[in-house]
Amino acid sequence: MIRINRLLAISRKEILQLRRDTRSLALAFVLPVLLVVIFAYGISWDVNDIRTVIVDQDGSTRSRSLVDAFHASGYFTLEEASATSEIDSRIDRGRAQLALVIPPDFSADLGGGTPARVQAIVDGSDANTATIILGYTQAVVEAWSRDLMLSKGVTVQPAVRLRTRVWYNEELVSRNMIVPGLVAVIMMIIAAMLTSLTIAREWERGTMEQLAATPVHRTEVVLGKLLPYLAIGLIDVVLASVLGVLLFDVPFRGSVVLLMVSSTLFLIGALGLGMFISAATRSQLLATQLAMVVTFLPAFLLSGFMYSVDVMPRGLQAVTYLIPARYFVVVTRGVFLKGVGVDVLYTQALMMIAFAAIGLLLSILVFRKEIA
Amino acid sequence: MNRLRDKVERVRELVVKEFRQIRRDPRLNRVIILTPILQLVLFGYAVSTDVFDTPVYVVDHDRTQASRALVDAFTASGYFRVVGQSERPADLVASLDHGSAVVGLEIPRGFARQIHAPTGSEVQLLLDGTNSNTASVAGAYAERIVRAYGVRVQQREAVDLVDLRERAWFNADLSSRDYNVPAVIGAILMLVALLLTSLAIVREREIGTLEQLRVSPLSPGELIAGKMIPFGIIGLLDMVLVTAVAVLWFRIPFVGNPGMLLLASILYLLATLGIGLLISTLASTQQEAFMVSFLVYMPAILLSGFMFPISSMPDSFQWLTLLNPMRHYLEVVRGVFLKGVGIGALWPQYLALLGMGVSVLWFAAARFRAREG
Repeated sequence: MIRINRLLAISRKEILQLRRDTRSLALAFVLPVLLVVIFAYGISWDVNDIRTVIVDQDGSTRSRSLVDAFHASGYFTLEEASATSEIDSRIDRGRAQLALVIPPDFSADLGGGTPARVQAIVDGSDANTATIILGYTQAVVEAWSRDLMLSKGVTVQPAVRLRTRVWYNEELVSRNMIVPGLVAVIMMIIAAMLTSLTIAREWERGTMEQLAATPVHRTEVVLGKLLPYLAIGLIDVVLASVLGVLLFDVPFRGSVVLLMVSSTLFLIGALGLGMFISAATRSQLLATQLAMVVTFLPAFLLSGFMYSVDVMPRGLQAVTYLIPARYFVVVTRGVFLKGVGVDVLYTQALMMIAFAAIGLLLSILVFRKEIA
Repeated sequence: MNRLRDKVERVRELVVKEFRQIRRDPRLNRVIILTPILQLVLFGYAVSTDVFDTPVYVVDHDRTQASRALVDAFTASGYFRVVGQSERPADLVASLDHGSAVVGLEIPRGFARQIHAPTGSEVQLLLDGTNSNTASVAGAYAERIVRAYGVRVQQREAVDLVDLRERAWFNADLSSRDYNVPAVIGAILMLVALLLTSLAIVREREIGTLEQLRVSPLSPGELIAGKMIPFGIIGLLDMVLVTAVAVLWFRIPFVGNPGMLLLASILYLLATLGIGLLISTLASTQQEAFMVSFLVYMPAILLSGFMFPISSMPDSFQWLTLLNPMRHYLEVVRGVFLKGVGIGALWPQYLALLGMGVSVLWFAAARFRAREG
């Protein structure tokens, strides 16, 4: 029979142990803050200040006005070079991301019937940045030539215009996309770092024998050990969310209750999984390595938190259905950005309940007190 | 001379003993071989900022041949796939809310008629901005498709005033995999060097076997060398393994000189093993070692240019990345893999790696000596 006071006694013991290890405890709170700051402030996919080298072989008023158009767009940091031979070394050394060559006959061709050529060479090693750079380049050139046509009195009305509207993250800030997903990743990290060691440690230090000698049920041990970490994890969720919303202006449009309930369920599942690894390996070294690969990396890479699942190979897409973080990221984004409720997120909510149940069951089943 | 030979002999003995110990632990063996491969596959396939097959929900109020041709143009591009179609805008909203579609396309009634009128027609595109990268790239693709469609309808020659010729160097088809997979080597080496080293040493201290080694005739320097070399060798083996999988399985071009990669890897391992050793002197439990390792590993990955371009970071962070050995190593790895550039372009990176490796290792060894000596 499971007794609540025995369960709480295990929790109290775990808290005492955690409190003595102040550095680990501090790190459990420092890490989420650090991650939110780096993700929200330090990194993004937004491309600006494109280092551009311009070789203007024409040197006419027309070619200079094109260069000015690039300058005025604000996306490019321009640097002039006198010869095309300089392009090589600048791109090789990463000092330029884009090279624009305006050939000598540029203004002559503009007046004549043939289209005037402009060459754009982009460092393609970072494909995503390169695509965006080319997109900006095209837009500048197109706008410039449209203005030129207008000044000549030619108007061209396109047959179809596209009116684009963006929902949920209207300014397309990558921060708004990342912070809600980060909540899921942080919880997985906490689970991996704290619980994956908790049982293995008892085995390595020999304190498992003492625990075995006490009349506690294994369910009580597992639940008792889980409670303190659940509290830490929930504090981290609140910390990361508050930081994201207050400091980095990430919108929060949904229900706090929904976020907390689903976080609790997700956390129970993640902590259970961590404890399962711990009890199964009985070695801290192995447990950490496994926890990284089984809990943290999938949550980081396969959850859709940063990288869209749609473009993964089919086999890997199938695997993502087994990753609880994938569902949880949908919940956090739904709550933060879309402001949707349970009526939309019920599938994900059911998945959270299932994950919590499986995580707990696994950790209780694999946990043995017997000393072999 | 003899003393040097004795020194080398003692270190060799310790290295052999360490390897024997690692070999005896079959589970650890599997972890050492399998985790890098698993990481490579995960990173290699999942880390992609390419955008294609984007799910789109279509609301076609016109339902004519012309409107269907526009939808076909979307699917034929390969960038979009239609996941649902209806006549009620509410369905589109629901599908975006659920996340089953990321893009909504709404074609107005009278579309077929308007496109031949001088005013033209207007179609509406709704983008789910929760994934800002997908949204902005998909929006740009849609723009291009619609423009091409318009030109086709008007049956006019594209009388462009300016002809922009684009060329991408080093990665002509702009696949993000070529850029990302080589970089995984940097992430894996750091994980091996940090986590295995710091945890293994702290564990020995916890179990008490480090104390036994201290009473042996090994000097602290020899002890450090004997402990570090096995992990260095494991790291290099992982590097070769991962490079082989990258080239043979992922078909990543390798145009540079393998020797340059090896040299950079050794320098990089000096720095990362040094950090691992430093962590082991700071941490008193394996849990602490794990957490501190992670605290170093995460920022190192994020601020290395692996997944996020350094040029998009604020200036202060760009300066910070100069202290990150992974940043310099990745520049070498990508330069060697994709650009085939030589020491002439990469010497600053080698110099930085060497400087960091020597100083971190020296500092860590001094601390280790103070603690264990």
